[in-house]
Amino acid sequence: MSEAAVSVCELGMIFPGKRPGETIPVLENITAEVLPGEFVCFVGPSGCGKSTLLNIIAGFLSPTAGVAFVEGIRVTRPDPRRIFVFQENGVFPWLSVRENISFGLRARTRDEQNEIVARYVEMVGLNGFEDAYPRELSGGMRQRVEIARALAADPDIIYMDEPFGALDFLTRMKMRADLTRIWQAERKTILFVTHDIEEAVQLADRIFVFTQRPATLQKIVNVDLPRPRDLDSPRYLQKRDEIFRLMGMSSRIGESVAVS
Amino acid sequence: MSSDSELLGTAEGSRALVRRLSPAKKLIFWPPSPDALLWRIVRPVGMAALFLTAWGLAVRLSHSDLFPTPGNVVRGIFELIEKGLLAKYVVASLFRVTWGFTLALVLGIPFGLILGWYSRAFQAFNPLIQILRPISPIAWIPVAILWFGVSDAAPIFLIFLASVFPVTVSTIAAVQNMQPVYLRAAQNFGLGRWELFHLVIFRASLPQIITGVRIALGVAWLVVVAAEMIAVNSGLGYLIIDARNAGKRYDLVVAGMVMIGLIGLVLDLLVRQLEKLDAVRWGYSK
Repeated sequence: MSEAAVSVCELGMIFPGKRPGETIPVLENITAEVLPGEFVCFVGPSGCGKSTLLNIIAGFLSPTAGVAFVEGIRVTRPDPRRIFVFQENGVFPWLSVRENISFGLRARTRDEQNEIVARYVEMVGLNGFEDAYPRELSGGMRQRVEIARALAADPDIIYMDEPFGALDFLTRMKMRADLTRIWQAERKTILFVTHDIEEAVQLADRIFVFTQRPATLQKIVNVDLPRPRDLDSPRYLQKRDEIFRLMGMSSRIGESVAVS
Repeated sequence: MSSDSELLGTAEGSRALVRRLSPAKKLIFWPPSPDALLWRIVRPVGMAALFLTAWGLAVRLSHSDLFPTPGNVVRGIFELIEKGLLAKYVVASLFRVTWGFTLALVLGIPFGLILGWYSRAFQAFNPLIQILRPISPIAWIPVAILWFGVSDAAPIFLIFLASVFPVTVSTIAAVQNMQPVYLRAAQNFGLGRWELFHLVIFRASLPQIITGVRIALGVAWLVVVAAEMIAVNSGLGYLIIDARNAGKRYDLVVAGMVMIGLIGLVLDLLVRQLEKLDAVRWGYSK
C-alpha cells in the first residue's frame, strides 16, 4: 500500500471565544488519510469547520489536539510544494496574468518561465489574456488565474477552499468540468472544501462528510463513477441522495427527513 | 388636478412618467443639453470670468491705491518674466520641495512599512508620531533657523517635516489594512523576508501610499512658501514678502500667489497620473 499524501490523526481544534474563558470547539477527533493523486472533497454544513481543517493541513493554523502529516512529515507551516487556492481569490491584483502565474517560478530561468506560463494559460483557457490585469477579468477568469498559478508551481498537493463559491451557476459548472479535465491530465492530489453536495459528487473520488460544529468525520463516501460524469445517471443521483440524507436533507424540496 | 395622478397606476400613466423621466434622444442640437461639452466648458470659464470682473470692479469702486486689478497682476507676471525672476524663483521653490519631499519619501515609506508590519515597533513609535504630527511645520521655523541658519537646509527641513508624517501614517495604515489573503498566498509560496516586503507588502500597500504621497505633496507646497518668507532670499514665498517690503508692490504679491496656485495645481495633476498606473489602479476601482 502506498504511503498517504495527507493524514490527520485525532485532530482537534478549539478557538477562544469572544468572552474570556469561553471556548468554541470546531474540530473533534478527526482521523483520516488521503492517498497520492486522489481527489477528495470535504463536505459539511456551512461554518462546520471543514475550512479550518484544510487550513490546518496547509499549515496556516496549528491544531489544539492531534497531528497533521503531509508525506509523512508533521505540518508546522505552509510549504510551496503544496499550494492553497483561496475562496476570496488570492491572485495579486498588481500583477498581470502572466506575472501571477509565474509567481512561484522565481527560481526558474526566463525561458522556462515563459514555457510553463504558456502551458498553464492554455490549460485553464486564458489565451489572449496573458497581459491583462485581474481587475479586467471576470470572477471565473480570476479563479482560473489562481488555479494556473498553483499548477505552475508544480506542487504535489493542491488545497482548494470553496474556490467556486463566489461564481454564478453556469461558470461554476464550466469550472468543475475544466478542473476535472486538468486533474486527469496532471494527477495532483486535490483536497477540495465545499458545502455544495452536487459539486462534491461531480468532482471527487471520495467525499468526507462532516457533521455540524464541532465537526467530526461522519462518513467517507466512495464515488466510483467514471469521468466525465453523467449528471442524469441513476448511480450519480443515488450517490448525491446518499449524501443529502447523511446531511439530514431530502433531495426533494419541502420534504422533511427524520435524522437517525 | 393633474392628469398624472389620474393616470397613475395605469399602463398609459407609467409610460407617460417614463417619457418625462427619460426624454427620447433629441435630434435637434439647440438648445444644448445641460451635460453638453459646451456647458461643461462654459460653466467654469464663466465663473472665473465673473470672479475676475467682480475683483476688478471692487478694486476700482474702492479706489484702492495698493490692491491690484487682475490686469495689474498679469502685467506684474510679465514684468517678473522679463527680469528673469519668475523662472529663477519657481526653480528655487521647486528645488527645495524636491529635496524635502524626496527625503520624506525615502525615509517615510520604509519606516511606515516596518511600523505597519511589526506591531511592537508600532507600539513604541506611535505615540511619538501622534504627538509630533499635529505640530504645524510653521512652529518649527525658529528651530529650523537655529539649527540650519539662513540657508536652503532650513526650508528643506521644514518641507521634510511637513510631508514625512502623511507619508508615514498612510503607509502604516496601508500595511495594517492589507488583505490577509495576499499575505497567506505569499507565505504559501515560501517568500523570504525581503521578498515578502518588496514583492507583496509594498505592492499591496502602494495604492494607499500614493494617496498619502499626494496629500504630502500638497502640504509640502504649502509649507515651502511659508518657509521662504522667513529663512531664505529666493523662491516664490520670498517674492511675496520682498514685493511687499520693497515698495508695497501688491501686484507682484498677487502675481506670486497666482503662480503658487498654478504650480500647486500642476503638481497635483502630475501625482494623479501615478494613480492610473496598472500597479496601483486596482486599489481605487469602484
